[in-house]
Amino acid sequence: MTISIDRQNENNKSLQPNGWLRYFSFSLDHKVIGIQYLVCGFLFYLIGGTLASAIRIELASPMSDFLPRDVYNQFLTLHGTIMIFLWIVPVVNGAFGNYLIPFYVGARDMAFPRLNAVAFWLIPPSGLMLIASYFVEGAAQSGWTAYPPLSITTPQSGQIIWIISVLLLGGSSIFGGINFIATIIKLRRPGLKLMQLPMYCWAMLGTSLLVVLSTPVLAGTLILLSFDIVAHTGFFNPVLGGNVVVYQHLFWFYSHPAVYIMVLPAFGLVSEILPVHSRKPLFGYTTMVFSIMGIVVLGLVVWAHHMFTSGTPPWMRLFFTIATSFIAVPTGIKFFNWVATLWGGKISVNSAMLFSCGFIINFVFGGITGVALAQVPFDIHVHDTYFVVAHFHYIVYGGTVFIIFSSIYHWFPKVTGKMLGEKLGILHFAITFIGFNLCFAPQHWLGLNGMPRRVAEYDPQFEFVNQISSIGALLMAISTIPFLVNIFLSVRNGKDSGDNPWNALTPEWLTSSPPPVENWEGDAPLVEEPYGYGDPFFDENKKI
Amino acid sequence: MTTLDSSKEIQKNKSEVGEHHEDFRMFGLVTFLIADGMTFAGFFAAYLTYKAVNPLPEGAIYELELPIPTLNTILLLVSSATFHKAGKALLKDKNSDSQRWLILTAFLGIIFLICQLFEYFHLPFGLTDNLFASTFYALTGFHGLHVTLGTLMILIISWQTRLNKGRITSKNMFPLEAVELYWHFVDGIWVILFIILYLL
Ligand code: HEM
Ligand SMILES: [Cu+2]
Repeated sequence: MTISIDRQNENNKSLQPNGWLRYFSFSLDHKVIGIQYLVCGFLFYLIGGTLASAIRIELASPMSDFLPRDVYNQFLTLHGTIMIFLWIVPVVNGAFGNYLIPFYVGARDMAFPRLNAVAFWLIPPSGLMLIASYFVEGAAQSGWTAYPPLSITTPQSGQIIWIISVLLLGGSSIFGGINFIATIIKLRRPGLKLMQLPMYCWAMLGTSLLVVLSTPVLAGTLILLSFDIVAHTGFFNPVLGGNVVVYQHLFWFYSHPAVYIMVLPAFGLVSEILPVHSRKPLFGYTTMVFSIMGIVVLGLVVWAHHMFTSGTPPWMRLFFTIATSFIAVPTGIKFFNWVATLWGGKISVNSAMLFSCGFIINFVFGGITGVALAQVPFDIHVHDTYFVVAHFHYIVYGGTVFIIFSSIYHWFPKVTGKMLGEKLGILHFAITFIGFNLCFAPQHWLGLNGMPRRVAEYDPQFEFVNQISSIGALLMAISTIPFLVNIFLSVRNGKDSGDNPWNALTPEWLTSSPPPVENWEGDAPLVEEPYGYGDPFFDENKKI
Repeated sequence: MTTLDSSKEIQKNKSEVGEHHEDFRMFGLVTFLIADGMTFAGFFAAYLTYKAVNPLPEGAIYELELPIPTLNTILLLVSSATFHKAGKALLKDKNSDSQRWLILTAFLGIIFLICQLFEYFHLPFGLTDNLFASTFYALTGFHGLHVTLGTLMILIISWQTRLNKGRITSKNMFPLEAVELYWHFVDGIWVILFIILYLL
C-alpha cells in the first residue's frame, strides 16, 4: 500500500532525480538527506571497524608484530576520529534527526533545507580526505584528542589534514544543530505544544544546544593548534612559553559535551522505541524533559574530569568531581523511567526491542564506571588505562551503537515499506551482545591492573585477557554479516510492512510507508498524545 | 483525494510556512551568531588564562599604544549607527538614502581595516615573538576577518538596495537586517576585545 512518490514530485523539487539516484544528488528532501547520512555513516563505520579489527589483532600478542608502531598509532587515531565524527555523531544526529524531526513537529521539511544539504555534503569529502592522509605521508598519530605537544611533534601533514577535516565536520555539525533548533522551535505545526513533542525532539533540542555552544570552541582551539604546527607559534608549546593544559581545557569544553552529543539522541530514540513495543506510555515524560535539560546544563560544567592528572588544582578537582557526580541524577532518572516503561507492558520480543534492552543493560555499566571515574582518588589510578577504554565503549558502543541498530530495525519499514527479517535480526543481536561484552568487559580488569591505553605493546602478563578481548572483537566484526544479509534480503524481497506495522502513534507512522515527498497527503496530523498506548481498543486491533 | 486537491493543500501549507519565513531565518542567524560568539569566548578564555598563569619572559614587549585602537572603536561604533540609519531609510522607501548610508558604513569598515593593518606594521612584536604577541594577532586577526566579511556583505547589499532594480526593498528587508545584526555583533565583539586586550 505504498503511495507513488512520483506523483508528489510534480508539486515540489521536480528538478531532482528520482529513485536511488536521488541519494547521490544535492537533494533538499529531509528524508533523502537522512538516508544519505545513515548510509554514508555506515560505510565509514565499516572502515572504522576494519581499523579496530586490525588494532585488536595487533593486541592479541604483547609485541608489535602485526603493525609497525607508527602505523598502530595512525590506525588508532583514524579509528577514534572516524567512529566519533563520521559515524556516531552524523548518524544519531544527522540521520535520524533529519528523517524524524520534521514528522515529529508536523512540518514538511527542515527549517533550512539548503543548509541541511550543505551540512551533509561536507561529510563525505572531509571523511575521504582524512582517510587519504594515511596514503600521503601517514595519518595523524596523536589520537582523537590531538593533545599537544604530541600533535605538534608528530609528522605534520597528517595532523594538519586531521585538523582540516575535523573543522569541516564540526562545521557540518553546527549547521545541523542550527537547523534542528530552528525546526523544533519555529516549525511546529499550529496547535502542537512543546510538551506534546515526542521525546526525541527534546533530546535533539538539547543536543543541538550543546553542538551550537561547544563545537565552535573546538574549532577555535584547532585553529590555534594549526598555528602552532604551521607557523610555530607557542600557544600550546611549552618550549615556546605556551601552555598545554589550556588546550586540554578548551578541548574538553567541547569533547565532554560531545559525549552527550553522541548519547542524548540515543536516549531520545530509545524513548520512542520502548513505548511502542511494550504498548505502554512513556513513563515520566516531564521528568524526562527536565533531565535532558539538566544533562545539557551540567554537561557544560564537568569537562575537567578528564584532566584530574593534569596538575589540576585541588579546588578544581573538588568542583568537577561534585558536578560530574551530579550528572548521575538526571541520567539515573532516565534509566528508571525506561525500566518503568517496560514494567508490566505487553512486551514484544523483536530485534528492535532486544537492541534497546541491550542498550539499557550496557548503559548502566558504562554509567557506573563513569561515576567511579569521576572520583579523583580512583581516577588518578586508572586514568589513561584500559578501564577508561572500557567505560566509554560501554556507552558509545553498548549504548549508542546498540540504539542505532535498534532504530534501524524499528524504522526500516517506515523508510522502505518492507520488514527486516526477525531471525537474522535476533542472530545479529545475539552475536553483537556477546561479542561486545566479551571484548570490553575484560578491559575493566586490564585497566585496574595497570595496562595503559593507546600503546601497541604491553606486559606479557596481560596476554590471555587481551586475547579474550580480541575474540570478542572478532565476533563483533562477524555480527555485521547477518545484518548486511538481512538488509540485502529485505530490500530485494522483504515482507510488505503496510503503513504502520508496529501500530505506533507517533506522527511519522500516520502517513504511508514510505512517506510521500512532503510527508503528508493533506495537513499534518495533530498528535497530542504520542505515547497514548494501552487503550484496549487500539491493542485489540493489533495486527502483528 | 485527487492529485489536484493535494497539491492545492500543499500550496496552502507552503504559504502558511511562508508567513513565518522571515521570522525563522533571523532565528537561525541568531543561533549562528551565538555559535560564532562561542569561538571568540574560547579565544578570550585562552587569552585570560595565559595572562593569569603564563608569565612572559624577561624583556617581552606587550605595552600597546592606545590611539589607533581607540579610533577604531569609534569608527565601528559610528558605523553601527550609520547602518541603523540605512535600515530606517529603507523602511521609509528612501532607497537611495539607504544606499548612501550603507556605502558610508562600508567605508568606515574599510578604514577600520586599514588602521588595523597600519597598527600591525608598526607594532614592536611579530606573531611568534611571545605568547602575548601570538594571542594578540590571533584575536585581532580573527576579528578582522569578520570585519572583512562584513564589509564585503555590506557592499553587496548596498548594490542590491539601489533604486528600482534592486532586490532589497522595504518589503524584503531580510538581507539588510541580517547583515545589520551581524555587523552589530562584530562591533560588540570588538568592544569586548578592546577592553580585554588593550585596557586590562
Ligand atoms: C554518568 C555519566 C558519566 C560520567 C560520570 C562519566 C565520567 C567520565 C570520566 C570521569 C572520564 C575520564 C576518565 C579518565 O580519562 O581518566 C570519562 C571518560 C570518557 N567518557 Fe565518560 N562519563 C559519563 C558518561 C559518558 C557518556 C554518556 C559518554 C559517551 C557517549 C562517555 C564517553 C567518554 C569518553 C569517550 C571518555 C574518554 C575520553 C578519552 O580520554 O579519550 N562518558 N568519563
Ligand atoms: Cu566527560
